[in-house]
Amino acid sequence: MTSNMVEDLVEREYAFGFHSDVDTELAPKGLSEDVVRLISAKKDEPDWLLEWRLGALRHFLTLVEPKWPNLQYPPIDYQDMHYWAAPKPKPQLASLDEVDPEIRATFDKLGISLDEQKRLSGVAVDAILDSVSVATTFKKTLAEAGVIFCSFSDAVREHPDLVRKYLGSVVGYRDNFFAALNSAVFSDGSFCFIPAGVRCPMELSTYFRINAAQTGQFERTLIIAEEGASVSYLEGCTAPMRDENQLHAAVVELIALDDASIKYSTVQNWYPGDADGKGGIYNFVTKRGRCAGARSKISWTQVETGSAITWKYPSVILQGDDSVGEFYSVAVTTNYQQADTGTKMIHIGRNTRSTILSKGISAGHAQNTYRGLVKILRSATGARNHTRCDSLLIGADCGAHTFPYVEVKNDTAQVEHEASTSKISEDQLFYCRQRGLTEEDASTMIVNGFCREVFDELPMEYAVEAQALMRVSLEGAVG
Amino acid sequence: MLHIANLYASVAGRTILNGLDLDVPTGEVHAIMGPNGSGKTTLSNVLSGRDGYDVSGTVTFDGVDLVPLAPEARAAAGVFVAFQHPVEIPGVGNMYFLRTAVNSIRSHRGLPELAAVEFLGLAKEHMARLAMDPAFLSRSVNAGFSGGEKKRNEILQMSMLEPRLAILDETDSGLDIDALRIVAQGIERLRSPHRSMLIITHHTPLLDDVQPDRVHVLHGGRIVRSGGPELAHELEADGYGTLPIGVSG
Ligand SMILES: Nc1ncnc2c1ncn2[C@@H]1O[C@H](COP(=O)(O)OP(=O)(O)OP(=O)(O)O)[C@@H](O)[C@H]1O
Ligand SMILES: [Mg+2]
Repeated sequence: MTSNMVEDLVEREYAFGFHSDVDTELAPKGLSEDVVRLISAKKDEPDWLLEWRLGALRHFLTLVEPKWPNLQYPPIDYQDMHYWAAPKPKPQLASLDEVDPEIRATFDKLGISLDEQKRLSGVAVDAILDSVSVATTFKKTLAEAGVIFCSFSDAVREHPDLVRKYLGSVVGYRDNFFAALNSAVFSDGSFCFIPAGVRCPMELSTYFRINAAQTGQFERTLIIAEEGASVSYLEGCTAPMRDENQLHAAVVELIALDDASIKYSTVQNWYPGDADGKGGIYNFVTKRGRCAGARSKISWTQVETGSAITWKYPSVILQGDDSVGEFYSVAVTTNYQQADTGTKMIHIGRNTRSTILSKGISAGHAQNTYRGLVKILRSATGARNHTRCDSLLIGADCGAHTFPYVEVKNDTAQVEHEASTSKISEDQLFYCRQRGLTEEDASTMIVNGFCREVFDELPMEYAVEAQALMRVSLEGAVG
Repeated sequence: MLHIANLYASVAGRTILNGLDLDVPTGEVHAIMGPNGSGKTTLSNVLSGRDGYDVSGTVTFDGVDLVPLAPEARAAAGVFVAFQHPVEIPGVGNMYFLRTAVNSIRSHRGLPELAAVEFLGLAKEHMARLAMDPAFLSRSVNAGFSGGEKKRNEILQMSMLEPRLAILDETDSGLDIDALRIVAQGIERLRSPHRSMLIITHHTPLLDDVQPDRVHVLHGGRIVRSGGPELAHELEADGYGTLPIGVSG
């Protein structure tokens, strides 16, 4: 990971002078037109974007927070928050010895390299010349291929026509409460454009993100794959992420034109709160892809182990004929975590196909809900969906819930749903222990086996990390 | 050696092992026969430390008291069970499982872990002897294996783990003629002056291939008769009907 680390650092510190051009300012608390205007002005945005934000704000102010998810949390006062704060540099530490030993122990268990540990915890690192050239090589390779990969703010400045054309085209600000909020006040995020016929020459990870914007509470990602283009995008990392902001409401929009394919993988390990569930992050995300073109494909793979509350339904609109949507998910909840997650597959085009594979694991007092919608419109002749939801319960105090909604308007469609709920079996545990594995190792192995089909969809390097992550997430929950 | 004295085990209020005595000296292979439901699998579970039984009595292996030990500690001490019904573990690769098992036992023995390449070479060698397709390594543990394939996989694990006390619970049941021979050879290869084996079986053919030093009959939760290899044939001819029944469960 050294090169990623250096990339990140180099880009941030040297190339763009990111820290030097922002003031240490804080917008007044609350949501208002003034605050939105301030954000837009800070970012030097064109008028159309300001108008769009204001439209979102006006709409947001007419909405009430959704109450349908199977989640319990104290009311959020949206007027009691700051919606703009100048990016603050992480406190720089002189060495890893200054890092909380508990966090370091977790890093070690996850097998995160020392250099990566330093990057994640903000330890000062010397950027050696060799790695600088590695970073430059990445950028050059992408540029040569014609791939645009930059922060959202840079994209607004440098590629305004593309942003204007696609922003909100999949997740409009009228879509839902949190999407409206994000659209009004989003801070920054990633932009990625793969021109027609190009296979992105490398996996795009947020590690490599040029001018790595701080994630922020209200992140916005837009990925466009033109005709015949393909890309694999990795978001997040297995390292535990803490954030002062409890509420996160991101929006991710994906657009695939004819024969294009987008694979979007997430490993999310945000702070879930302490053993009593205090202090964890609330994660309300809207992720949606549009298979706009014929034979296009969008695939979501997510491994969710963090956050106190997760509200997240990565979805695909299957508009182009013969387009394909996939959703592979592992959601782990322990202690007092709550997750209400799933997907929506909206079939519009003919012969569109979707696959949903959801693996929910609950331990402790956690509640894990799968909520999925498969909607086959009248136009979607020959559409097919296959859904499988497997739940694994560890202990007696947790819960798993499945809400599969199916709406079929075309009777040539085939929709299949399977569901199972199981516990780690005594027979399996004993078998493993008889072969010398400790009870904890045995449980982790069985749980990883349960998740295997989803992990297989992750890029190789992530799959290995995901397995280590499961062990850490379930520590103490089994045995 | 394995020393069992006055062993009682009950489950769900039912006494299944009822004052069982048995000694298996190091280097010997003993067979245990007995009617269905007589407690053979229970004995194997109790020896390997499965939860859920009320146990009293003595079980020592090379002088070590096994009774208080967890299953993994007994495995570390060299106890291995080839299960009558090997369990399936979906999604866990057979190779990964085997390597994890081998390395955890090795670490208990103070041996370095086997690197992936070394392990793979060894596994393939053992599989070739057991006429197992290496493709089994990339499948999930026992998942979708036929009955006979599961049994062969148990023998593979046993060969790789090199236990000091091997308990084979009806490993020969459900095997075709060729598989039976291959498994018998696998067992025979493991026969060693440093190892004890307990072979639970209903059938004489395995015992013809693997000549046991002693044959015991388990009935009513205790050993009711012991003899040489000829006892197996006698039982095959006469059945268990003529046996003196021990204390009934
Ligand atoms: N958990 C349990 N609860 C109640 N009875 C049990 C339990 N486990 C075993 N038994 C009973 O104990 C007896 C001995 O079972 P065990 O499996 O040891 O027999 P076995 O000798 O291995 O038989 P087989 O030759 O059929 O394999 C049987 O009657 C069985 O039903
Ligand atoms: Mg049995």
